[in-house]
Amino acid sequence: MSILAYNGGAMVAMKGENCVAIAADRRFGIQAQTLATNFEKVFEMGPHLYVGLPGLATDTQTVREKLRFRKNLYELKENRLMSPKVFSAMLSHMLYEKRFGPFFVEPVVAGLDPKTYEPFICNMDLIGCINQPKDFVVGGTASAQLYGMCEALWEPNLGPEDLFETISQALINAFDRDAVSGWGATVYIIEKDKVTIKNLKTRMD
Amino acid sequence: MSLVVKPNFPDYQTAPVQRGFNPYADNGGSVVAIAGDDFVIIGADTRLSAGFSIYTREQNKLFPLSSTTVLGCSGCWCDTLTLTRILKSRMQMYQQEHNKTMSTTACAQMLSTMLYYKRFFPYYISNVLVGLDNDGKGVVYSYDPIGHCEKRTHRAGGSAGALLQPLLDNQIGKKNMLNVKEEPVSQQRALSIIKDVFISAAERDIYTGDSILINIITKDGIKEETFQLRKD
Amino acid sequence: MSSILCPEIPSPGFSFENCRRNAMLEVKGHAMPKAQKTGTTIVGIIYKDGVILGADTRATEDTTVADKNCEKIHYLAPNMYCCGAGTAADTEMTTQMVASQLELHRLYTNRVVRVATANQMLKQYLFRYQGYIGAALVLGGVDSTGPNLYCIYPHGSTDKLPYTTMGSGSLAAMAVFESRWKPDLEEAEGIKLVRDAIAAGIFNDLGSGSNVDVCVIKKGSVDYKRTYDEANIKGQKQNSYKYPRGVTDVLSTKVVDIEEVSVRVIGAPEDMEIA
Repeated sequence: MSILAYNGGAMVAMKGENCVAIAADRRFGIQAQTLATNFEKVFEMGPHLYVGLPGLATDTQTVREKLRFRKNLYELKENRLMSPKVFSAMLSHMLYEKRFGPFFVEPVVAGLDPKTYEPFICNMDLIGCINQPKDFVVGGTASAQLYGMCEALWEPNLGPEDLFETISQALINAFDRDAVSGWGATVYIIEKDKVTIKNLKTRMD
Repeated sequence: MSLVVKPNFPDYQTAPVQRGFNPYADNGGSVVAIAGDDFVIIGADTRLSAGFSIYTREQNKLFPLSSTTVLGCSGCWCDTLTLTRILKSRMQMYQQEHNKTMSTTACAQMLSTMLYYKRFFPYYISNVLVGLDNDGKGVVYSYDPIGHCEKRTHRAGGSAGALLQPLLDNQIGKKNMLNVKEEPVSQQRALSIIKDVFISAAERDIYTGDSILINIITKDGIKEETFQLRKD
Repeated sequence: MSSILCPEIPSPGFSFENCRRNAMLEVKGHAMPKAQKTGTTIVGIIYKDGVILGADTRATEDTTVADKNCEKIHYLAPNMYCCGAGTAADTEMTTQMVASQLELHRLYTNRVVRVATANQMLKQYLFRYQGYIGAALVLGGVDSTGPNLYCIYPHGSTDKLPYTTMGSGSLAAMAVFESRWKPDLEEAEGIKLVRDAIAAGIFNDLGSGSNVDVCVIKKGSVDYKRTYDEANIKGQKQNSYKYPRGVTDVLSTKVVDIEEVSVRVIGAPEDMEIA
């Protein structure tokens, strides 16, 4: 089993009409043993910017702290918010610096541009190769299941309410077929004037 | 990514070398089956491949065993050929000994026994057996390579099995949804879902594509249908 | 002295601080994950007036498609582009870095940079890393010496060729070139040939797929045709899977309102009292 699957976790982000959504499961485990069901994998990096770090839990938290440090320093120096595009480029270079001894995370970035409110999503592999499609991105141990779900469920121009139903159903049904993720889920719907955070009721087995 | 790099000069090595032989090939392909009240539908893609190359774009992976039973196979193609050949002769022997066609349920049990018979050198196949039971109800049996058999209403197997199964759970099994009526799936709906899951699988699984062959089994017999997928 | 407010200049190049830990994990039996690869078809030809590069747009992670429309023809300089196959991050980052070095070189020498220069930079960089940077490249461009096409392997060896292919679909594409390439092709013929070579890779190699990108480089002009040919279109779905609202079971909801940030420009400060 790959070290990326040591703690388990599933993640997905989708674009909608003037909004984006990012969702993740809440399990923290060591291989088959579940230790906690309130583990956060998605982190706020600005009012409209969220990053999900599925993978090895220790690296999830290390990378989160490194990102927070660099992002804060940027905002202090430049006196402006970091756009999702700049944030992703920074993260990508941070991961590629460790090309030969990587962090075991496959990040997912979702957000709105602070000026234009243009929806932005992207994901990366563990050494920082950015993938920026127009529809959805996935990450974590349930990525195959998520690809199948999203490929069928996603459609263009979903409003925030419909996007919530689509991303939630995609995530829940996907991680129900993965042994090392699940145990609850959190969904973030990011709009221009608000962010809605919902905890979902799911199977706990 | 070990840190220690040992110099390696294979031409000057004197230690004995162990050679391996892998008797199995992965020829890819996916099978999806959905059972209804008076019908059962099974679909399989028609791409046969190995590694990064395609052997053929039009390989039928569905094997009709009787007028009400069809077997879908994906995995190691040479094992599929052998297994189905033996299955067919066993079906014929049964017919001639008992003077009746084997029922779907009996066939399902026989397949399980035949797979377990090769417990320590298994047929490396993901099998999905579908048919109508003695009451005319649609049934789907799915197997692991060594003969574990499970009866269910929907099943996706093969290289894109992981991609397809959750959508079937959701749309056929009505999982994780509030306020939805449990109603039996119609034949038309089942057919359209099978086509949709294969469209999704062809997008993301490199071993699934080209086209799908669908068998619709009702009391009137087996109807065949094809549907084109992307070819890359 | 360094502090948070005045950090030391970070050391350039790769960081190896996780290597010992990762090697330990590997010894303990945890398999190292695979990076995203571009199982790819990339090609390049020289034609009458310049160079034509071509690429497919599929990126794979093992047997699943990670990116259906990625960009594999990378910018190096105004007169030079480079197709990349192999580890996706390596091709992306290597070409980005060389592009920046070439721009500095151009400003320093005040000349159009030669393709041979880029080739030398790439091969020296790749050779230094002994093939561990998994970038297989097709480099093409036009300079004062005319059109140039190079094929660069991950270990740092290079070929200067009139037509070349790379990646997992290279044999399929080369079959097309070997049968149809000839010196001094017309532009339309050349583009057609490149398209057909990439299409051969897309359809016959499982690692390549989706669309055809083409880049035509002539003296003084570049025509980058992103999605020149959409070789594969996604199938038309039979059903819509839009859910009725309220179908998902929600435990709790929290709404965070985001205030509109107003920016107030403070007038220029008064001059300091220095009397």
